[in-house]
Amino acid sequence: MGSSESLLAASLTEQREGLDRGDATSSELVDASLARIAAHADLSAVVSIRDAAARAESEAASKRIADGKALSVLDGVPILLKDNIVQAGEPATCSSRILEDFVSPYDATVTEKLRAAGAIIVGRTNMDEFAMGSSTENSIHGEAHNPWDRSRACGGSSGGSAAAVAAGLVPLALGSDTGGSIRQPASFCGVVGLKPTYGRVSRWGLVAFASSLDQIGPFGRRVSDCAAMLEMIAGHDARDSTSVPEAVPALGAAMTGDIEGLTIGLPKEYFVEEGVEPGVLARVREAIATLESAGAKVTPVSLPHTEHTIATYYLIATAEASSNLARFDGVRYGRRADKVEDLQDLYMRSRSEGFGAEVKRRIVLGTYVLSAGYYDAYYGKAQRVRTLIRRDFEKAFESCDLIVTPTTPETAFGLGAKSGDPLSMYLSDVYTVSANLAGLPGLSMPCGLSDGMPVGLQLIGKPLDEATILRVGDAYERLTEHHLARPPETN
Amino acid sequence: MSGIGPSDVANVAKLARLAFSDEETEAMAKDLEQILGHVRSLDALDTEGVPPTAHGFELATPLRPDRPAEPLDPELAVSNAPARQGTAFLVPKVLEEEG
Repeated sequence: MGSSESLLAASLTEQREGLDRGDATSSELVDASLARIAAHADLSAVVSIRDAAARAESEAASKRIADGKALSVLDGVPILLKDNIVQAGEPATCSSRILEDFVSPYDATVTEKLRAAGAIIVGRTNMDEFAMGSSTENSIHGEAHNPWDRSRACGGSSGGSAAAVAAGLVPLALGSDTGGSIRQPASFCGVVGLKPTYGRVSRWGLVAFASSLDQIGPFGRRVSDCAAMLEMIAGHDARDSTSVPEAVPALGAAMTGDIEGLTIGLPKEYFVEEGVEPGVLARVREAIATLESAGAKVTPVSLPHTEHTIATYYLIATAEASSNLARFDGVRYGRRADKVEDLQDLYMRSRSEGFGAEVKRRIVLGTYVLSAGYYDAYYGKAQRVRTLIRRDFEKAFESCDLIVTPTTPETAFGLGAKSGDPLSMYLSDVYTVSANLAGLPGLSMPCGLSDGMPVGLQLIGKPLDEATILRVGDAYERLTEHHLARPPETN
Repeated sequence: MSGIGPSDVANVAKLARLAFSDEETEAMAKDLEQILGHVRSLDALDTEGVPPTAHGFELATPLRPDRPAEPLDPELAVSNAPARQGTAFLVPKVLEEEG
């Protein structure tokens, strides 16, 4: 392995040191990344590549670094964006036929920040259409594959970002998480994925799915790498009035390795034998024992409304989606049907030809639950239950500093295993949706294997307290070697 | 909460500006009935007097200074338009001409 290849496989901290020391230049690192993306095209993780532009930018970065003028810890480092986070002059298909030919006229806030920090965006990653799915199978670019076992799903909707990081194509990628779309694929692919507190990161330039739940966050191979990327992208943005005004804490400094005296809450509703793969429960229990051995205390907590989270989530998410996706009308951007009779026909046919089956299903469900006569019974009810779910967490956090659970009840399922059964696909998000409903930060990190497939450990924090879950996640990495496990076929 | 049938799906599809064949409508009604069947478990919960939550993280309505800023270049703003005239979006005629 050449020095740029071995540097590509390293953590962000090691890459920074290697670049600054001159072990490899940014150009060499970006070339290695582009070569690895091409060599792993069979994963369908990356759907568009910025070849020439990335090379030109990396040349400039190489020069800055050689002059000792690196812009940030990310300067010269190759990264990927999920295909629903826009970059000026680049496509943003959201895996949908309706946006097949769209070229963004502007940068998302996160794109702007990462570019200003010198990060080299080498391309865009596969996803479920409009982030609606848990498997990255609903995509005009074709289904993505799990690097650990190509016959299995890499999770979704940010499956391409998770698979790309797991296969070592880039050290870091961005995804978005509405009901688990960062944490579930991170769990399936054996990488770290972080959904920040709702509002921590600006959603300006993230194609909206469910606006009260959507949040952008990083994927990486190390907890500290994700912390560094979050620090880079977080903060208030005047263009997103739901972004929180609180200052971004110094997350690097929070990762002391010391978790003595912290209290971990274990929700009894999540640790049930029924419906959870035994290997998943075993790995998560071992991880908890490891944290206890480092001085953390464990206490049982209860989240009594857990069984209602999926129902609540699908009512709220589809209602918001039906409203957000009304903008795709074939008039201002996106696909327009040919030979239309009149304006109504233009709307009807452009949308019907442009959206895939799952997106249509959710638009119809969302429109139904918002329609006259049903609003109170469905959408209004879900908003009230959302309050009960939020209160469950407030009460639980009175007796603990963070909550630990499995990220998913099972490891990566087979491609096609759930695609014919929407409800069964929805239920696979059972452990992740509550953090979105309550607006809480959630981290998924690898904690070992079950039958050769990665298991994810989920850490849920108090609002705006990413620091504690990152501190515990980082401490766990110092105590174990699960984060070093790589997919066998991509070594 | 009541059941959903093909005629409900047809009505909602019209509201959402989506066209389905009869077969698709039937299949959609079946899928939605299954999903709504799960959702109806919420009926068992007493939410009397519980206020609704619209956002997980409560924020006061934020205000910002109303300062002029550089808008998106109109050429760029229409650059993705399927049909345009200058910097305007072109659509089929909405009103019939008189006479």
